[in-house]
Amino acid sequence: MAQKKFVVGCFDNENVLFPAVKQVRTAGYKIKDVYTPFAVHGLDHALGMRETSLHTAGFIYGITGTTTAVSAISWIFTKDWPLNIGGKPHFALPAWVPIIFELTVLFAAVGMVLTFCYLCQLAPGVKKHHFHKRATDDLFVMVIECTDKTNTEDLKALLSANGAIETDVQVAEEGWWFGTYDKEDNLYNEKQLA
Amino acid sequence: MHIKYESQLREPLVYGDKNFHQVTEDILRPIEVKPSRLWYIGFFIAVTLLLFGVYSLYREVTYGVGQWNLNKTIGWGWDITNFVWWVGIGHAGTLISAILLLFRQGWRTGVNRAAEAMTIFAVMCAGQFPIFHMGRVWLAFFIMPYPNSRGPLWVNFNSPLLWDVFAISTYFTVSLLFWYSGLIPDLASVRDRAFTKLRKKLYGIASFGWTGSTKHWQRHESLSLVLAGLSTPLVLSVHTIVSFDFATSVIPGWHTTIFPPYFVAGAIFSGFAMVQTLMLVVRKVFGLTDYITIGHIEMMNKVIVLTGSIVGIAYLTELFMGWYSQNKYEGYTFWYSRAYLFSPYGWSYWGMMACNVLSPQIFWSKKMRRNVFVTFFMSIIVNIGMWFERFVIIVTSLYRDYLPSSWSVYYSPSIWEIGFYAGTFGLFFTCFFLFAKYFPVIAVAEIKYVLKRSGESYKTDMNTLEAQPLDKFIHDNAHAH
Repeated sequence: MAQKKFVVGCFDNENVLFPAVKQVRTAGYKIKDVYTPFAVHGLDHALGMRETSLHTAGFIYGITGTTTAVSAISWIFTKDWPLNIGGKPHFALPAWVPIIFELTVLFAAVGMVLTFCYLCQLAPGVKKHHFHKRATDDLFVMVIECTDKTNTEDLKALLSANGAIETDVQVAEEGWWFGTYDKEDNLYNEKQLA
Repeated sequence: MHIKYESQLREPLVYGDKNFHQVTEDILRPIEVKPSRLWYIGFFIAVTLLLFGVYSLYREVTYGVGQWNLNKTIGWGWDITNFVWWVGIGHAGTLISAILLLFRQGWRTGVNRAAEAMTIFAVMCAGQFPIFHMGRVWLAFFIMPYPNSRGPLWVNFNSPLLWDVFAISTYFTVSLLFWYSGLIPDLASVRDRAFTKLRKKLYGIASFGWTGSTKHWQRHESLSLVLAGLSTPLVLSVHTIVSFDFATSVIPGWHTTIFPPYFVAGAIFSGFAMVQTLMLVVRKVFGLTDYITIGHIEMMNKVIVLTGSIVGIAYLTELFMGWYSQNKYEGYTFWYSRAYLFSPYGWSYWGMMACNVLSPQIFWSKKMRRNVFVTFFMSIIVNIGMWFERFVIIVTSLYRDYLPSSWSVYYSPSIWEIGFYAGTFGLFFTCFFLFAKYFPVIAVAEIKYVLKRSGESYKTDMNTLEAQPLDKFIHDNAHAH
């Protein structure tokens, strides 16, 4: 894992954030990410992200479930152990519809959640660098990765000029690692709670 | 900008002058302070009930299902009644979180998280009944289809009882995934506010390392939407399949095609009543009246009066068909065993009619829909009524079968059968108390998402917009894309 340098700008209003994103991108900087406390619709487009294909994965998992159910039940009831149920057909497709449907849903749901966790690197025990504590509370935190040419002071000035209420420069791990959050000493200030 | 405009005519979803931080503060506060004495008392009662249920089950497992007063004629008594009742309760959670998401109903945000939790706990309770009704519960894994050394002897895929196994287990799994994936961002908020190392560590593990990255949110939205799309037919299928347990049999009173829609409507009906019971307590105890507003309660009461009336029509249709079919067994079941007040179980039928069909009609009045006490009282009545409904369906169809010598009129549950039911209440409320203590009961991130559109203080800003001439308003606010 490599340590990298980032410039961080915090915004407290999404109405300010959107023009700022546009300005920063126009100025030629590459925004690594914007961390937000809730799903801000349209921000992914503003950042130039492509649509997620997660739902396509869900569809593939779903038809896998359908296929599994149809093939397993028909093999069991026509080949492996053809059970005579009141002389009715062994291949009783209508009666299998409920289970086929349930397995389709089950495979799609479980598969999608696992894929989601894999793509976002989410799992119990995973730890990542957090650029600002309040990113899960009330701040929209824009993070720009520095290159050799980046003048951090210029960039901070640009962010402030576009409405950032706080700016700073952080050196941090980019990826994830296993760890627990209590190793960080900066606990939430109890006075703020009282 | 993509902030949508919402009319003043709509009731605000969040009352008071809030900002994002205030929302976090209000909702997460209750789980960061010591619980009140009321919480301890409730938790103690719940655990006591749970332990009584465990002892009742110990009796059942040791001495067999004879411990319940089931007999040859009434082979399904309280246990299957309770099973259907609990599964039905679960349905409201999925309706709120999935179906209302697809219908873009903003008001779901206040109640969805707790309703989903309720779903999961209710399904957990429901599952106990068929499992222990098997008698030799240590062989319960026989219901799973796996290659085994007994032939292999497979399960019967043509049986509605096996469909139930798949439906309930899928429903539980999908509800759990849906609920927890929605919880992750909120648990991250709790983690970042942790004021002790232990909290930081545990919520850090529970929040899976969530950062709030835009890409992650985009995938999260896609995931929620598809899971909602999957859960919507799923929830309808679950109670449909439960109704197949009855409808595919040839027992008079069960053998009807009306069962699937009638069961699903009944499930949503009873589920919403349970959501009301829980929410009315939660909003008061945790001081969340700004988020779970009277408007939310009114919305849910509207669903109650709608589904209650659907159920009422189903009852009347059944009675009509009992006569119109001119089938004497159907006629006997519907017009004697059920609808005749002085038949052995006539009281349960009329109890059901009074609780489910007549009393919810009070909610046609707006004043009543918005009255907290009436709502709380009615939520209990509806759940009693829906329990009666399942009891009526099961017992009145069974107690007089085709062979008069085996008629059994005097079925009444044993203390251990009641104890098992009480035990599931214990399990349900133990889980719910722990949930309310350790997890945010309202979806924080979703409230923040609707705050600037539907929050009370933000909506007043709309007055200036509404004062504008129409052309200018459309020009300024219409979406560019």
